[in-house]
Amino acid sequence: MSEKKIMLGNEAIARGAYEAGVKVSAAYPGTPSTEISENIVKYDEIYAEWAPNEKVAMEVAIGASMSGVRSMASMKHVGVNVASDPLYTVSYIGVNGGLVIVAADDPGLYSSQNEQDSRCVARVAQVPVLEPSDSQEAKDFTKLAFELSEQYDTPMMIRTTTRLAHSQGVVELMDRTEVEDKPYERNAPKNVMMPGNAKHRHVFVEQRLKKMAEDASSMAINKVEYQDTKIGVITSGIPYQYVKEALPNASVLKLGMVHPLPRKLIEEFASKVDTLYIVEELEPLIEEQVQSWGIKAIGKEILTIQGEYSATMLKKAILKEEVVSAAPEQVPARPPILCPGCPHRSVFSVLKELKIHGAGDIGCYTLGAVAPLNVIDTTVCMGASISTLHGMEKAKGKDYIKNWVALIGDSTFLHTGVNSLINMVYNQATGTVIILDNSTTGMTGHQDHAATGKTLKGTPTYAVDLVDLCHAIGVEYVSVVPAFDTALLKETVKREVARDAVSVIIAQAPCALLKTNISKNKCITLPEKCKKCGMCLVPGCPAITKQEDGTVKIDDTMCNGCGLCMQRCKFDAIEKVEK
Amino acid sequence: MEQTKSIMIVGVGGQGTLITSRILGGITTAAGYDVKLSEVHGMAQRGGSVVTFVRYGEKVAEPIVEEGCADVLIAFERLEALRYAHFLKKDGVIIVNDQRIDPMTVVTGACIYPEGIIEKLSAAYKVVRVDAMEEAKKLGNSRVFNTIIIGVAARQMNFAKEDWLRIIEKTVPPKTVEMNKLAFEAGYAM
Repeated sequence: MSEKKIMLGNEAIARGAYEAGVKVSAAYPGTPSTEISENIVKYDEIYAEWAPNEKVAMEVAIGASMSGVRSMASMKHVGVNVASDPLYTVSYIGVNGGLVIVAADDPGLYSSQNEQDSRCVARVAQVPVLEPSDSQEAKDFTKLAFELSEQYDTPMMIRTTTRLAHSQGVVELMDRTEVEDKPYERNAPKNVMMPGNAKHRHVFVEQRLKKMAEDASSMAINKVEYQDTKIGVITSGIPYQYVKEALPNASVLKLGMVHPLPRKLIEEFASKVDTLYIVEELEPLIEEQVQSWGIKAIGKEILTIQGEYSATMLKKAILKEEVVSAAPEQVPARPPILCPGCPHRSVFSVLKELKIHGAGDIGCYTLGAVAPLNVIDTTVCMGASISTLHGMEKAKGKDYIKNWVALIGDSTFLHTGVNSLINMVYNQATGTVIILDNSTTGMTGHQDHAATGKTLKGTPTYAVDLVDLCHAIGVEYVSVVPAFDTALLKETVKREVARDAVSVIIAQAPCALLKTNISKNKCITLPEKCKKCGMCLVPGCPAITKQEDGTVKIDDTMCNGCGLCMQRCKFDAIEKVEK
Repeated sequence: MEQTKSIMIVGVGGQGTLITSRILGGITTAAGYDVKLSEVHGMAQRGGSVVTFVRYGEKVAEPIVEEGCADVLIAFERLEALRYAHFLKKDGVIIVNDQRIDPMTVVTGACIYPEGIIEKLSAAYKVVRVDAMEEAKKLGNSRVFNTIIIGVAARQMNFAKEDWLRIIEKTVPPKTVEMNKLAFEAGYAM
């Protein structure tokens, strides 16, 4: 079979896993990695699951590898932090069946809280890294990673970036090769990482990396393209494409494996070019190593450490060439916002009215931090809302946080929030946690989780009851409130924040974009009743706009009839009708 | 060697720019070109300004379109057309859906929605204006306005109408095929 198909980078990685004979895949959704699992699930030959967090996903993949099958865990860059505990140690253990971790970085922060470089994590964890530069390579390198994993007894990392993960390119499809399961044999010195064993494995890890570094110079994925030798560029991944676009005549050493580096190959390349540049997004990982070998190379002194690169940027920095274009117009910014009908907006409108500060978390609801809602004061990482609130209370006393709540989504709560809540109960805290339960993982595009009652494969399963869970860990006061009942919500929040105890409010309403939640209603305005007070505009619904005469208009193509504006109108000037 | 063509699709998150770029990806791939598309997923999609790049040619390296390099700009909203117009080449074409969606900065009163956008753009570029939402409502389904825009854009490109229809059939959800084909025809006839 040799069919060609246009595929997302993530779809190509899923295809690579399929063709490589992978049998187990685990992940937690996170942009830009989510579509890997969403595509893997289409292959019946692979068992695929959503885990509650990346650490669990990583350990599931490790277990599968230990049992002798090829397995994969995929996650976004900050997910690698969550999974770093098992990652650092599985590096010592190595593999039985091939084990690949996909780490999806986000230079330019399209949908992330930081811009960290997973290659650095891999380097410290002593895990080799492959970095594809287009969809075809995303598939090919994934397959190769499984081979290298088994050949060198090491977990392998595939490092992608948003631009690769979410770009589509032409891919040649191949058939799946079934790989026979490796036999399982008890091997405590390799698989039980206690001090006596780990000491020996550390020696092995150092030798493994040295051997791979030596072999790297003859690996086909590290390839030299000699042309004009006035300019030589060492690059990898998506930046390779920018180099080809900007400097089509330059000599290029394209690294398919970015850790460990092929020193011999790099030294040879460096000796043949007049000026050597190193083009890598984010950290100067390649640059600093190359320079440490006494090779003169130009990198971050002319190229930024932040954000994405482009061909224009390289032309400007290396060739001093300006690309001519019209000046950009000064136009109003259009930052992302909560959707019309989003239940988070309803909760935030109540908190805003009560002048309550929110310790925030990771999800669509982070958008509650910006105008006009301005409810969320802090955002760190998954699960941090609850523990940061707890820290504030312990630092300043319970009265200090009476006008604070922690805000966390249902999926995020199950990811790592629940640990923080256990900690609050255990340490006799005071504080209110609002779980924004929209029955899905919203921001990444609607993935199921342990409380939705459905698996990644779509099969019905047990749904964790959030009320029971909170009670079981010792939270006495748990209130469930429909997210759009603003009166009840207001009353509940006032009551719970006043309480000297840990309390949880579960604000329930499904995400407005869920296909099962397509509204049959819409809201309309009755202009004759409108007193132009602007109360309906306060929560910042994009479907409502103020007209020149001061009355408001609701865009019926955007409105989904949530009725929040109607509840806020004191003059009955908004009505809910059937679409 | 034929020059690589660069198309940008811009709009407001949730307007359906992704399916449009996929249809463009489909038709250019079917025509035997090397193709790269670059999309925006995740948080940026939520009502924010979104950009999708489509590049096709004999061999495409860079997956993004840069300032001053686009041949065609397809804008699903007129403020977004203005925001990205400088990405066009001097003789570039803009297909603009004449719809206004206020960004939150305008809703809150922090900024003013600019007037006279279409006129301003027409002074510098070849502009094809379409009120796709109005046309879609005439067809009885406001959701297919993006396919109407594709129909309009198709007239500016050199692919056969039958090929477009075939790709649309392959790309859109099965239940919506007929409606989308109608919408394409409506746009193509404009």
